[in-house]
Amino acid sequence: MKYTGDVIKYADNVDTDVIIPARYLNTSDHKELASHCMEDLDKTFTSRVKQGDIITAGFNFGCGSSREHAPIAIKASGVSLVIAKSFARIFYRNSINIGLAIVECPEAVDGINDGDRVEADLDTGVIRNLTTGKEYKTQPFPEFVQKIIENGGLINSIAEGVIK
Amino acid sequence: MGMTMTQKILASHAGLDSVQAGQLILASLDLVLGNDITSPVAIKEFSKLGRDSVFDRDKVTMVMDHFAPNKDIKASEQCKMCREFCGEKNITHFYDVGKMGVEHALLPEQGLVTAGNLVIGADSHTCTYGALGAFSTGVGSTDMACGMATGKAWFKVPSAIKFNLTGKLQKYVSGKDVILHIIGKIGVDGALYRSMEFSGEGLSELSVADRLCIANMAIEAGAKNGIFEVDELTLEYIKEHGGAEPKIFKADDDAEYDEVININLSEIEPTVSFPHLPENAKTFSEFGDVKIDQVVIGSCTNGRLEDLIIAAEIMKGKKCADGVRVIIIPATQQIYLDAMEMGLLKIFIESGAVVSTPTCGPCLGGHMGILAKGERAVATTNRNFVGRMGDPTSEVYLASPAVAAASAITGKITSPWEVMGK
Repeated sequence: MKYTGDVIKYADNVDTDVIIPARYLNTSDHKELASHCMEDLDKTFTSRVKQGDIITAGFNFGCGSSREHAPIAIKASGVSLVIAKSFARIFYRNSINIGLAIVECPEAVDGINDGDRVEADLDTGVIRNLTTGKEYKTQPFPEFVQKIIENGGLINSIAEGVIK
Repeated sequence: MGMTMTQKILASHAGLDSVQAGQLILASLDLVLGNDITSPVAIKEFSKLGRDSVFDRDKVTMVMDHFAPNKDIKASEQCKMCREFCGEKNITHFYDVGKMGVEHALLPEQGLVTAGNLVIGADSHTCTYGALGAFSTGVGSTDMACGMATGKAWFKVPSAIKFNLTGKLQKYVSGKDVILHIIGKIGVDGALYRSMEFSGEGLSELSVADRLCIANMAIEAGAKNGIFEVDELTLEYIKEHGGAEPKIFKADDDAEYDEVININLSEIEPTVSFPHLPENAKTFSEFGDVKIDQVVIGSCTNGRLEDLIIAAEIMKGKKCADGVRVIIIPATQQIYLDAMEMGLLKIFIESGAVVSTPTCGPCLGGHMGILAKGERAVATTNRNFVGRMGDPTSEVYLASPAVAAASAITGKITSPWEVMGK
């Protein structure tokens, strides 16, 4: 799986309350959730984000509430991949379960600036900053995680018999 | 190599003699929980699996507590969807308005969790039940859906940090101060992916309410779960609440821990976590006057009877400060009733506070006490992230019921020692 996109960069401890504030949790409609994504952290996000964009962030991305609405809002915004120094565990699990690609790579986060164009190959674990030409190495996804993401999430994978 | 309490519970539910940190396992679930925010997403996912029924109608529970009683039309639709699903699937433990309480106060009270259980819940504070010697952890809606369908979930076996408790809490210092102190020490990702295991001679000094409060906030240190060693007090609590036969898992003497942290309870002072992270813990000598607009006493962290008793002791015969809105939310119907019979509600109302029906409400900025631009609240809740209780410029200061009650009287963040003596 290869992802190419422009980077929107955030700092440490981005919590799920700012990714999608609870006042919008009276719906589970993906488009509506996406229309408020990052609202309390970055009001420019929804107007700036394009299909395929990549979010980079610091430590503990997605901390706080278990709301699956958070990775759903990010994915429905068009974001193809999140690269962080580390993820909060429930967010990590939820992202894989709904088919949002995420990867931990502290060096890449430090070496990538907001607006850079990045290409990430999660089969090989190589992240390339196309703007600077620098390359970073991370763990490739295990095969079962690749399958879940390719099939759009855990439920689809179970329903289609890809994951038993 | 020995195992931790958590590892033993996971091994027993995976049908294995032993497990070690990092191992991936498939485990059987004793209870799957959802609320009115997370269940609708899970129900939609569940429907894609084409199953007629849930794996065990006694082992799935839904609690309508977040935006209930319904705060708006959309929230009412979400509760309706849960109500219809539980009706259709004949779910035994569906808690609607009138029966419901804040989920993590409600389930232990209703005897739905016992020592040795493995519980997942689509709510991050599901880790609360570790107070009773269970492994419980928060998951998302998709895991909830798969759990409802199959009765199983996969886990990566966590390593652990051991907290060795000694000493005795000072007057007006409670479990909340302990956990804010610990998060202040290790940080909001200090226990990321790991278990926090609590044991030591100081354990006997902590009430079950204190333990539930401490385990509840393990997630605020990034932990997968928080768990307490089972003692007589735990067993008494489980028996009193009609819980199933407890199964005690004690950590092996040679269990391996990433770290052992000693906590002397006698040294802990009233503690407040400043905006906008729970790790910004301070004691009163570290800050000056902070004026407040609102006080909230309630939530899955601190809406229990013990919390209301201490708040009432401090507020009795006094008036809430001018300009401060004080909102008290007993966490369950039973707590509400007990507080009423004990005369606590009268004390709160006479002091100028409002008493609400059980709900998560203001804790996550849902309803029943939303903050305006720039307003400040002292809350006994668990998160003080940007915008958590309302406008993104508002501020939440996390504290114990004793600090919240003292602050309600003075109108600024106040130590109970200042109002009541030490």
